[in-house]
Amino acid sequence: MSTTPTTEAAMTPGADEAAVRKAIASTSRPKRASAASAALTFGWRGMLKVKHVPEQLVDVTITPVMFVLMFTYLFGGEVAGSTSAYLDYILPGILVMSVLFTTVYSGIALNTDLTKGVVDRFRSLPIWRPAPLVGSLLGDSVRYLVAGTVIIVLGLVLGFRPEAGVGGVLAALALVVVFAFGLSWVFTTLGMLMRSPNAVMNAGFMTIFPLTFLSNVFIDPKTLPAGLEAFVNVNPISVLATASRGLMAGTASAGDIGIVLATAAALTAVFAPLTTRLYRTR
Amino acid sequence: MTLETPLAIEATGLVKSFGETRAVDGVDLAVRSGSVYGVLGPNGAGKTTAIRMLATLLRPDAGSARVLGHDIVEEADAVRGLVSLTGQLASVDEDLTGRENLILIGRLLGLKRAPAKARAAELLEAFGLAEAAARLVKTYSGGMRRRLDIAASIVVTPQLMFLDEPTTGLDPRSRNQVWSIIRALVAGGTTILLCTQYLEEADQLADGIAVIDHGKVIAEGTPGQLKASVGRGALHVRLLDPEQRPEAERLLGRELGAVHTEPDPAALSVQCADAGRGAEAVAELTRSGIRISDFSLGQPSLDEVFLALTGRSAEEAATEQTDATEEKHAA
Repeated sequence: MSTTPTTEAAMTPGADEAAVRKAIASTSRPKRASAASAALTFGWRGMLKVKHVPEQLVDVTITPVMFVLMFTYLFGGEVAGSTSAYLDYILPGILVMSVLFTTVYSGIALNTDLTKGVVDRFRSLPIWRPAPLVGSLLGDSVRYLVAGTVIIVLGLVLGFRPEAGVGGVLAALALVVVFAFGLSWVFTTLGMLMRSPNAVMNAGFMTIFPLTFLSNVFIDPKTLPAGLEAFVNVNPISVLATASRGLMAGTASAGDIGIVLATAAALTAVFAPLTTRLYRTR
Repeated sequence: MTLETPLAIEATGLVKSFGETRAVDGVDLAVRSGSVYGVLGPNGAGKTTAIRMLATLLRPDAGSARVLGHDIVEEADAVRGLVSLTGQLASVDEDLTGRENLILIGRLLGLKRAPAKARAAELLEAFGLAEAAARLVKTYSGGMRRRLDIAASIVVTPQLMFLDEPTTGLDPRSRNQVWSIIRALVAGGTTILLCTQYLEEADQLADGIAVIDHGKVIAEGTPGQLKASVGRGALHVRLLDPEQRPEAERLLGRELGAVHTEPDPAALSVQCADAGRGAEAVAELTRSGIRISDFSLGQPSLDEVFLALTGRSAEEAATEQTDATEEKHAA
């Protein structure tokens, strides 16, 4: 990340005053970008970042890959009788975990932007106000797709053969990405409020880690103490994991899917305006 | 200029507080269209906060301002459609290439894909960045980053441009390049509000200057008026032999008036408005056998302007104000 003061600065020609004058004279003001076009442009910016800094994506994919391998082969026999039976159970769960962990990075990326001057530029442009936020989350959704796909492919390699076939898997992936879009607004709000990207990362994972473990992602909650079992059952992450398993197995209940979509909508309804407001008035 | 010239910026009684600190405490500004207006002051004086209010990034707590005829609160969006901002931190995305940065801004301003690309190429060429176009901005030198930053501000030529300390931290060569870009912008008819810590920069570029301290405008005028009002330039002399200082002090005192002896035992300085008399005084020293290591005749620095206006140096002002203000953070 260090800035190398290159000798190039001395070698490259500086600005050409005549060319600058010409450049200034040569534009008329175009019609304003539409809300959708501005948001998509910010989505494109998110894609470019993945292209230039792919490490981020690697970070968030490696942990779930390790989890799949460790849990399946260490605990599979004990928890579910066989590793292959456990893989059927845990793979949709880890898909959920993997994508939800990625949502924390939306908050980190926003906070990183805020510590640089570039946000000032965006805020001084005549564009739809929430465009930078909506756009980066659209870009992030593509990352969620990538993270989810990695886990599914790994599962297939290890012998995961879902009943509902390709359609079921794609439906599950879509549901997880929609939920992740809603959840990421929570982390962008956090990103607006915390002082540094590191603080966002800590607070984000402190929240998402226990919430993921206190769900049915890894284990069937039937063996848990009553109070804990009750919590695990209402945890939206459990509902999402159940719905994903259902979609992959062809046994999904409309009720579970409804709860997941409603939760995503509720999170967006509360935290999207909050983030936008903080972004505007900061 | 006549009174007819429309005002590009008209601010009355702008106030902005962060907690207990009044970062901007009742600022009035009147900036003519087509001019360069300098806002001069030390770190933490309230310059950045004032510029952020005018660029619609911060809402004033009190007072009002019109930019190009539009109210900065009620018609913020109209203002944003006519101005552009080059912030104190370079307002470009370090994780993208130079070309991508310019295309991004072009697209956001409503250019279609092909014109956005063409415009980016034209600007990269004009700003001497064509060769670095495909490199990530984080590998750019400070001067290149600044040029890209200004290029991003004119992807669509603005009627008014806010420049917040455009040359702070740049080497003299890059600074000169930035200055020449600013002159080209002015020649093209763009009005510029320039925040700076350097009197020399304001002197080089600005038609009018407001000196700001503790969030208040403490002096205003043309660069010439300002320098004249705060006490001219100074002749600085360093001797080869400190033993000769009392003799030099006596001679300079006779030629030019009250001499200031510096902490450096071989140095002394004296107020001097007239270059001819300064040169004469130096010649007199040499004639009297006083050996000189070096000398300079300079216009007053911001420090001297500050000393004259407030009784304390700009450096002291910056230290006390950054203690009190969280301007950068809160902004």
